[in-house]
Amino acid sequence: MTVAGSSPLATGTPRSRRSLSGSRLQGISFGIWTAGVFAFLYIPILLLVVFSFNSSRLNIRWEGFSLQWYGALFSNKVLITAFQNSLIVASVTTVLATILGTVGAWMLYRYRFPFQRSLGLLIFIPMVMPEVLMGVSLLVLFVQFLNLPLGYTSLVIAHTTFCFPFVLVGVQARLQGLDPFLEEAAMDLGATPVQAFWKVIVPYLMPAIVSGALMSFTLSLDEYIVSVFTTGSQSQTLPLKVYGMAKVGLNPQLNALSALFIAATFAAAVAGQFIGKRKHS
Amino acid sequence: MAGLAAAPGANDAQNYRRAPGLFAWLVLAPLLAWLVLFVVAPTVMLVAVSFAERDALGRIVWIFTTENYVRAFDWLWLKVLLVSVWYAFLTTVICMAVGYPVAYTIGRAPPRWRSLLLMLVMVPFWTSFLIRTYAWITILSKEGLVNSMLLNAGFISQPVALLYTPFAIVLGLVYNFLPFMILPIYTSVEKLDNAMIEAAYDLGAGPLRAFSQVIIPLTRPGIAAGAMLVFVPSIAMFAITTLMGGGTNPTIGEVIFKQFTSGRNQPFGAALGTLLLLIFILALWLTRKHREENA
Repeated sequence: MTVAGSSPLATGTPRSRRSLSGSRLQGISFGIWTAGVFAFLYIPILLLVVFSFNSSRLNIRWEGFSLQWYGALFSNKVLITAFQNSLIVASVTTVLATILGTVGAWMLYRYRFPFQRSLGLLIFIPMVMPEVLMGVSLLVLFVQFLNLPLGYTSLVIAHTTFCFPFVLVGVQARLQGLDPFLEEAAMDLGATPVQAFWKVIVPYLMPAIVSGALMSFTLSLDEYIVSVFTTGSQSQTLPLKVYGMAKVGLNPQLNALSALFIAATFAAAVAGQFIGKRKHS
Repeated sequence: MAGLAAAPGANDAQNYRRAPGLFAWLVLAPLLAWLVLFVVAPTVMLVAVSFAERDALGRIVWIFTTENYVRAFDWLWLKVLLVSVWYAFLTTVICMAVGYPVAYTIGRAPPRWRSLLLMLVMVPFWTSFLIRTYAWITILSKEGLVNSMLLNAGFISQPVALLYTPFAIVLGLVYNFLPFMILPIYTSVEKLDNAMIEAAYDLGAGPLRAFSQVIIPLTRPGIAAGAMLVFVPSIAMFAITTLMGGGTNPTIGEVIFKQFTSGRNQPFGAALGTLLLLIFILALWLTRKHREENA
């Protein structure tokens, strides 16, 4: 647009051909840059995986293949308990967030509530609010006003608060493509509103519900900042322990734990890609 | 295209949306209660606590005071806030410079490659952010990879301080937030009209000119969205800054955390939190305004 005004008469082919080869040069340099950025993204985590098999305590040099750090990891009671805590909190959070998010999205789609715009803004806030603010404000609420002892309950409440908006927004997006007559047809055939929702709408929304649930589970499993404010000493989750270990410095057990996490992430990504491909074909 | 196809359906939906009866209110009640109790109430209480005093044991005493804010505007604490904003700004600029060519390359790649390349950007991000930060600790620490390699090669005789520096803090933030910049820019690049770029070339623009005067302005919504997604969370992201900075250059999130734990000055922490909240609201409002002006 700006260019169009600057040289309206320059239409010579030689010039544009030269420019095209310039654009190819740009493509090549961007390609190299992209490869470099991928190296930047992957080398640190791949190094962790490699050194988790190193028999040396430190990463300084390779001293031979060993599984000893994995052995130590699996007999580390503190970490195993923390992992169990994480799984408990993430599971309960996922159930609560999925129900709140799915039902909420449907009600806001189906009915015209007053203040719907403000409500939408309110739902959006936990998704973008800095975690430290959510953590301290919930801490103040639990300790000063609700007299709720910090533990599993406070953790689940905190996690559900930042997880359910993700489910709600995902389900809302899928509702945009819903045929409005689907529910009506179900009711014409004798279904009650609850039956129509449960037997017709929920199956239609299932992909969005499942991806929202998976997202909630992952977010909860990985949450550190909100957890550090809202947990008690008995309900320490894995990220809290990982943070404590990482703060001290190099730790071969943490290398092994990281390698397991990275492997799980890659497996999930490949599985996701595979399932996605099968659905398309 | 999707917008056009959805439009008639959306209109129908508008018509068939009903006024809620008692039943609908009852079903929505848990969601409303949750939002009021765990989003609105805590925020109001945080602001309330920021105007309170504390006793010798660190307990909150409900006497109105503006003392916490007077203290927050002390240069010592104001500096912490400015440093946090500065790190977030640096992170945003670096993510833009590093991420733009990547987003552009992926967006202009053959369609069948795009989803794979995008997934490659996202996979490290799906790994725990603590583990990603720890990966850099193993590389940068005194006993870490870089120092041991330099020592072995004889380039240095003493380990160099790489970790616990502002460099490490910004590196940690960039490594963590880069996908947030790449994804929205990619979305803008994918929508680019080829004819516009060709027109620029036909009219005699070189690749640099076409890039700076046509491609960058056309992808500005993506750049703005990415900047917002990186800048705002970077200000308060204290876990990465503490791990990579070792407490040497505390950020605002770190200071708030300390006031609520070891510092035992919750009202002061709440005052700093309220100021952070104001910055956050301001950033959201500016983004919204920017978006409305562009629309």
